[in-house]
Amino acid sequence: MTQAVETQFAARVIELHKHYYLGEIVVHALRGVNLDFPKGDFVAIMGSSGSGKSTLLNLLGALDRPTGGQYILGGFDVSKMTDNDLSDIRNRLIGFIFQSYNLIPQYTVLENIEVPLHYRDSRQPIDSEDRDRCEHLAKLVGLDGRFDHKPFQLSGGQQQRVAIARALVNNPEIILADEPTGNLDSKTEEEIMQILLDLNAEGRTIIMVTHEDNVAKLAKRQIHMKDGQVAGDGLFRG
Amino acid sequence: MFRLLRTINLAVKSLLLHKLRSSLTMLGIVFGVFSVIAMLAIGEGASKQAQDQVLELGATNIIVRSVKPPEQASSTTASSNSFILRYGLLREDLKLLSKENISGIERSIPIREVSAPVRYRHREMNCRVVGCTSGYFETNNLNLRDGRFITEHDQVKIDTIAVVAAQVAETLFPGEDPIGKSVQINGEYYEIRGITRTRGATAAIGGSLSGQDYNKDIYIPLKTMQVRMGDDNIQRKQGSFSAESIQLHQITLQISGTEDKKAEDLVIPISEVVRETMEINHKGKKDWSIIVPMELLEQAKQIQLIFNLVLGSIAAISLVVGGIGIMNIMLATVTERTREIGVRRALGARQRDIIEQFLVETIVLSGVGGAIGMLLGWLTPQIFSGTQWVYNKISSKTVEVDAGFNNMFADLTPDVQPWTLGLAFGISVGIGIIFGVYPAMSAARLDPIEALRHE
Ligand SMILES: Nc1ncnc2c1ncn2[C@@H]1O[C@H](COP(=O)(O)OP(=O)(O)OP(=O)(O)O)[C@@H](O)[C@H]1O
Ligand SMILES: [Mg+2]
Repeated sequence: MTQAVETQFAARVIELHKHYYLGEIVVHALRGVNLDFPKGDFVAIMGSSGSGKSTLLNLLGALDRPTGGQYILGGFDVSKMTDNDLSDIRNRLIGFIFQSYNLIPQYTVLENIEVPLHYRDSRQPIDSEDRDRCEHLAKLVGLDGRFDHKPFQLSGGQQQRVAIARALVNNPEIILADEPTGNLDSKTEEEIMQILLDLNAEGRTIIMVTHEDNVAKLAKRQIHMKDGQVAGDGLFRG
Repeated sequence: MFRLLRTINLAVKSLLLHKLRSSLTMLGIVFGVFSVIAMLAIGEGASKQAQDQVLELGATNIIVRSVKPPEQASSTTASSNSFILRYGLLREDLKLLSKENISGIERSIPIREVSAPVRYRHREMNCRVVGCTSGYFETNNLNLRDGRFITEHDQVKIDTIAVVAAQVAETLFPGEDPIGKSVQINGEYYEIRGITRTRGATAAIGGSLSGQDYNKDIYIPLKTMQVRMGDDNIQRKQGSFSAESIQLHQITLQISGTEDKKAEDLVIPISEVVRETMEINHKGKKDWSIIVPMELLEQAKQIQLIFNLVLGSIAAISLVVGGIGIMNIMLATVTERTREIGVRRALGARQRDIIEQFLVETIVLSGVGGAIGMLLGWLTPQIFSGTQWVYNKISSKTVEVDAGFNNMFADLTPDVQPWTLGLAFGISVGIGIIFGVYPAMSAARLDPIEALRHE
């Protein structure tokens, strides 16, 4: 029964708590979050600053362990994994897109897309098949002809495209994006959102934090956070 | 293997990002490795040179020399002996230290030397006048340019003949053939029968033997010297006289092997016998000394070993300083690339991967630096000869330096031993690892979320 349920969800969080200890003070960043993310979902997480959006996304991204509760990702309970297992889980099941792109400056476009491949389980060296895949992804996000450019030679929008291709290279279970268009102008924002929508249309699960309503309404579902809890969760079709 | 190559390739990419910084960091290691190799090579060269110098005295020789006894002993002698200070080796010693008396001695070669002006017509030169026997030329590696050496026959005939060093010949007889001409020493005329070739001066060895410049020498038969000049030598120094009476200045004993023993093994035991004989004959008076090149050789080897260790350690310190430089830069790099570390962790890098990445970067840095240092080290002889050239330029313009030192420096050839190349390179890579571990660990221990948030 549980097995069947889990295969239909990309991720689930149950009674998730996250406390930060700052000396005497305890910050309750998350206070019992329950959320299901079915496969193929496109979720926009919204909420005021400090409401816990990034904290939630970091936990979903297996970058951190929750103080309490459970996090099931692709059938694995991530809440109590070791540091090494978390690294492997991130590599296999998660694709990250950051607000500030976070490309490696000394690498070319293709080399940046390759980075997650270096850390795959087998630690197998990159072969021509991998290279073809990276080139294919680069073309897919519209970077044809810029394979050998370094990040500083690219515009913000182009850098974010590289980041998206990089997030896809290991064929992850979910794609996490923390304000992916936060640094971009509205035209570029549209283009990036179109890529994400296309990916979602192909069946990929995307969870995205955003402050902007017009971006959020493009998602299938909006979650509102307030004081470390889910204040509203619903389908919304613009 | 392939994976390692790729990691190295990535490391090189990161290092090339800051070319100037990487090369400056590398420079520390380059000089460290170079100085280790160069120091060891110079030490080895000096060691070879010192041993050669000792061997020049003859490894199987024993040298007994006259020594002026300590001041208080001399004053009593002086007062009781009408101001003439008598000391040193006696002709009697020569008889005792002979083939006939001590088995194993092949030949005993005595000399007596005085410093005196030598004249030819209006020209004059201060020379070392050496009274010697035929064996002297062979034991001191003197070769003839012209004429002949002093023979046993000359001793018997008490002939007033001389053999002069090339430089003496050139000074007193410019553009003339000295053979057959007579020079004047102490009012007596000596006919020149031979000219020796120019010979490099020997350097002083420790405190036991002063350097010897053979180029102002004039050789006469020992017997002639004894008969014509006597044993006394009067010198005027700053208005006062000093009169000494010395029969012989030095006796060189050549040791030869017997049927069951090699000469090398006989030298030390015979030197003991020589010591005892001298002790008894001089009734405990310390007006002689004994030099055993074989012993000096052992000492030279030991001193060189210490010398090499000290030189090597000083050089090693510079390597460590280079290592600290690397660590410093790598720590800065880690701070600067915190975000990159965060990204890599987010994309699946384990702590181990991060350690590996930064460690390989450090090792590449120190390895390339080590390789360049190794190349420079290999060129030590060429670089050193450049230094010698510069030294010659400068020293010829300034004060006159001791000939012995000049020669020692000029003849010194650094000897690069292949193993020192390997050692220095190995140490440099080792230093890369040691000083790279901490920055790499601190990079790996960063919290991924904190690292991602780093500005
Ligand atoms: N590492 C940390 N140590 C201590 N407190 C933290 C830490 N990270 C987050 N917090 C606290 O947890 C709360 C939630 O922070 P979080 O970053 O998740 O907010 P957010 O919703 O992403 O805000 P924003 O919209 O400004 O990005 C805040 O009160 C914040 O101060
Ligand atoms: Mg945030």
